[in-house]
Amino acid sequence: MLAAIGADTEAELFDIPDDVLFDGEFDIPKRSERAVLAETTAQLEMNDSVTEFLGRGHYDHYVPSWVDHVADRSEFLTSYTQYQPEIAQGFLQALFEYQSMLVELTGLPVANCSMYDAATALGEAATLSSRLRGITGTTVLVPELLASGRRAVLENYVAGTELSVETYPMDDGVAATAAVAERCASDVAMVYAESPTVRGTIDPGLSELSSIADEHSAVFCLGTDIVALGLLESPAAVGADIVVGEAGSLGIGASYGMGLGLFACREEYLRQIPGRLVGASTDETGRRAFTLTLQTREQHIRRERATSNICTNQAWVALRTAMTVADLGPDGLLELASESVRSASTLAARIDAIDGYTAPVHDRHHFREFVVRTESSAATVQEELLAEGIAVHAIDEHLLELCTTETNADERDRLVATLEELA
Amino acid sequence: MKFEQARWITDEDRYEPLLAEKRSKTVSVDADDAGLPDELTRDELTLPSVSEPELARHYTRLSEMTYGIENGPFPLGSCTMKYNPSFTEDVAALAAGQVHPDRPAESIQGTLGVLYGLQEYLGRIGGMDAVTLQPPAGAAGEFAGILVAKAYHEANGDDRTEVVVPDSAHGTNFATGALAGFDVVTLPSGSDGRVDCEALENAVGDDTAALMLTNPNTLGLFERDITEIADIVHDAGGLLYYDGANLNALLGRVRPGDMGFDVMHYNVHKTFATPHGGGGPGAGPVGVVDDLAEFLPEPRVGKTDEGYELFAPESSIGKVHGYHGNWLVLVKAYAYIARLGDAGLTDASAKAVLNANYLASQIEYDVPFAPFHHEFVASADADAADVAKRMLDFGVHPPTTKWPEAVEEALMAEPTEIETKRSLDQLAEAFNAVANESEATIEDAPNRTAVQRIDQATAARNPRLSWQALEFDAE
Repeated sequence: MLAAIGADTEAELFDIPDDVLFDGEFDIPKRSERAVLAETTAQLEMNDSVTEFLGRGHYDHYVPSWVDHVADRSEFLTSYTQYQPEIAQGFLQALFEYQSMLVELTGLPVANCSMYDAATALGEAATLSSRLRGITGTTVLVPELLASGRRAVLENYVAGTELSVETYPMDDGVAATAAVAERCASDVAMVYAESPTVRGTIDPGLSELSSIADEHSAVFCLGTDIVALGLLESPAAVGADIVVGEAGSLGIGASYGMGLGLFACREEYLRQIPGRLVGASTDETGRRAFTLTLQTREQHIRRERATSNICTNQAWVALRTAMTVADLGPDGLLELASESVRSASTLAARIDAIDGYTAPVHDRHHFREFVVRTESSAATVQEELLAEGIAVHAIDEHLLELCTTETNADERDRLVATLEELA
Repeated sequence: MKFEQARWITDEDRYEPLLAEKRSKTVSVDADDAGLPDELTRDELTLPSVSEPELARHYTRLSEMTYGIENGPFPLGSCTMKYNPSFTEDVAALAAGQVHPDRPAESIQGTLGVLYGLQEYLGRIGGMDAVTLQPPAGAAGEFAGILVAKAYHEANGDDRTEVVVPDSAHGTNFATGALAGFDVVTLPSGSDGRVDCEALENAVGDDTAALMLTNPNTLGLFERDITEIADIVHDAGGLLYYDGANLNALLGRVRPGDMGFDVMHYNVHKTFATPHGGGGPGAGPVGVVDDLAEFLPEPRVGKTDEGYELFAPESSIGKVHGYHGNWLVLVKAYAYIARLGDAGLTDASAKAVLNANYLASQIEYDVPFAPFHHEFVASADADAADVAKRMLDFGVHPPTTKWPEAVEEALMAEPTEIETKRSLDQLAEAFNAVANESEATIEDAPNRTAVQRIDQATAARNPRLSWQALEFDAE
């Protein structure tokens, strides 16, 4: 090969000045495949074996085995973004189907084929509001109780815009609509509310929040998650203009926080939205075919005038989530969501029956998780539970938060028994 | 080599049906059943209702209508489509690594150990002093890196409003500068395809926060004047940002830190062989020199006498991801780097550059800019997009087309180190066959792919973005 090129050595092919050449070592020893597997297995097994009752925006649900096997087919796993649609038809169709499922679940006509996670989807929603015609405000109103990661990411996304973030108070775990109504004025660009909230409460006042935002020509953005969408009133029905949230809970479970940002919105925003979109068209045989479309919004075409800088997204996670939703079907998703309400309620009642705990703290309906008031120090209870192999959130001096799904269901009795012993 | 992609045809209107066409079902929602009042629940829910065997077949057919790195050569310029070693999937799938992001550090020492190890490796590979693994993609890495640069200047009481980007750069650089609130100044390249130092001198000044540079650049050329470039930017008080998209050319030979870069991102889905997943997930860790470490996103992974810890850098910019980034991707990158070690990484770059040079030597199209490294940009004598469509018929993925703009009808090819001489020859045959074909043949392509050429204009003019926007009868 060197001869064909007309070179004597590989080194000759590098056109690099001597003064910047690296003559050191990385000091990274080469290992066999078996050795790397053994090393990483041993390393990860240093994690304590713990049952997690953790949530607050990131949830673990069971993903069927066939999803692992089929999504790992190398054509899915190792293909590139579908810039050559004729040779990537299958993945495009899978993403189109993902978008369609989100359209069904949100009731909104447009869904993109992924953001990184719920936090970045929220950030993108805010910058979208600043680009919309008819929105002149510069304030983004967010709930006082919001996962810290979402708030922190949002702050960075708006830092380069005219927008600033302001919080509104909560009333017993959900948006205080009266306070939002009082604060909302023409300077507001977007009102953001969550249901379920970071405390697991279901907000009954979404339609009212939407009307308030509407009155002041602000966007109403709803944060939710893909399981809750199967049961709760559809975002379109409560007047949401944009829906963001976490969808990875039905695709990759805990994964140390790796996510899948869902993003759906009204048709009018279409040409301003971030992220890739798959659309239907036809090929030369006249058959339906799919392609990435409206790419003139994107960075590789529009550069500094793009609607976002996103390029690489979470496509393969979206594929897995679509597979899992399809596996559940309407009956399965509805049952999973209903069970998320029932089990939170049942577990809260059992804990409430123990002296020293009050649960749920908020007099609301809950989805998957709820807050517990502890007589003793919440941090101490958290530590003592961890010593027994149970992880929970301590969110305040006397507040714990517990999240339950089918993946920790078998350990609920042990959680209750351990709390009883610690009381 | 003959190629026919699998093609499933239902009838004259459709290929593989949509899930909703197979079987959909509407169920009414019983609020009581969930223990909720009616007004909190939806009335009904419609979704596909398809058996597991049918789903497995559906998705297997879709996979057959998708071309991945294990199907054949994938010389997509700027994308570094290298083989993704299967064992890294096994590492990512280890049950012990599937933990919730809010677990206390003391209970996930194993996870933090892997992440700390990766931070260390990336730091050494890039010549950087501190690394964050949080950004979930290259563009997110750029965003984090540019926010770090902004915070650094602000901490010095220095209000800088511009980011300078060469005209040949990736679109994300421009978009990131704008997202971070900077005015983006486009730097015209010199006639040799590189940064023109005189133009750079004129472009930078008191307002310059950073120059974002890809090296080798998107023409595959090494910016030979990198030391002078670094001096010009630093003398103006700006920082030098390294876009890691093309790092696969340089492993073990030259490090961004040694070239004078202050901040960089790594594209682990390019350089470190994590699969592209049909568009993502990737990961875009960011490395910085000491002076910038205090501004990195929080939390970072640290090591103390007691073990690994999560800590917030003193003047952190905050977060660019809700949690800790794309764990499943990061752990695969760790495994890949550990498998290759020093020698393997250095050899990967040498072979990547050798392969690009060999492929270029075997094709009939003109390659106007040289000496290139891991990728080259050829100039097609027909519409580059049509050439790419025709190449699909030869069982290879075509190069990136129509970019960078410095080359007319650009075909940007990056074969990576994985290709053998035999597969490079197959690629060259595809290039050369198309180069000698008539315009009519090229414009009629592709014919051997699952579907034939797709009408893009209609897709954009009349966007139909969900099956709800289509008319069909369920089977």
